[in-house]
Amino acid sequence: MANNNIGPKRLVVGAHYGLRDWLAQRLTAIVMALYTIILLVEFLGGRNFSYEGWAGMFSHQWFKIVTFVAFLSLFYHVWVGMRDIWMDYATKSVAVRLVLQAATIAWLIGCAGWAVQIIWRV
Amino acid sequence: MSEAVKRDRRQFGRMSFAQALQYRLPPAGVVSIFHRISGGLMFVLLPFVLFLLDKSLTSEISFDYLRAFTSNWFVKLVILALSWAYLHHFCAGIRHLLMDLHVGLDKTSGRKSAITVFAISIPLAVLVGLKLFGAF
Repeated sequence: MANNNIGPKRLVVGAHYGLRDWLAQRLTAIVMALYTIILLVEFLGGRNFSYEGWAGMFSHQWFKIVTFVAFLSLFYHVWVGMRDIWMDYATKSVAVRLVLQAATIAWLIGCAGWAVQIIWRV
Repeated sequence: MSEAVKRDRRQFGRMSFAQALQYRLPPAGVVSIFHRISGGLMFVLLPFVLFLLDKSLTSEISFDYLRAFTSNWFVKLVILALSWAYLHHFCAGIRHLLMDLHVGLDKTSGRKSAITVFAISIPLAVLVGLKLFGAF
């Protein structure tokens, strides 16, 4: 097959980033829904609603890791959602949208750092 | 290519905010816009949630501080708003996932599932509110 992927005939579709984000949004949603169930079962099942009960839950390494995964899912999910919102409403200027999107990413990475600190300090 | 992008195009199908408020949405549309509003709200309050988690876990002293902090009525109200946002986003999200699996795509079941989302999320949010403000 001739190489028709250069010059004016360059294929400009098919990056799959639409599908990738759509799928990531669904998968991260499932992870967070499962985490919600784990959190509720652990918390209500423990029947210890004091500081010891709450912090004790987070003292196990497996729970820290599960919480961390849920947080990462949350941040990716938030990114996809906020990107949709900026794309829908910040339509007047590409520059403004780019700044908002970049700020969202920076903000979420900052929050991720804070989340890690909270989880592994217990 | 760049000329085609830069050319001024008339944009159709966009309504102003005032028009949007007058637009009578079907239940599925109401679920959809609240899905977006609740998601945006949780994004804005993300640092607040992290702050609450931080205070709840750091030490017994910070835990007690959190107790005092969350006894304020306005803080309770914010937590209630967050709880509603989470519950609505959760239920509407499950509806989304079911529709991705081609469950309930027709008009009638779409309407039914939209009403179901509200029928589950609002009573649960009311329960959270009653618990927060000490009804039980």
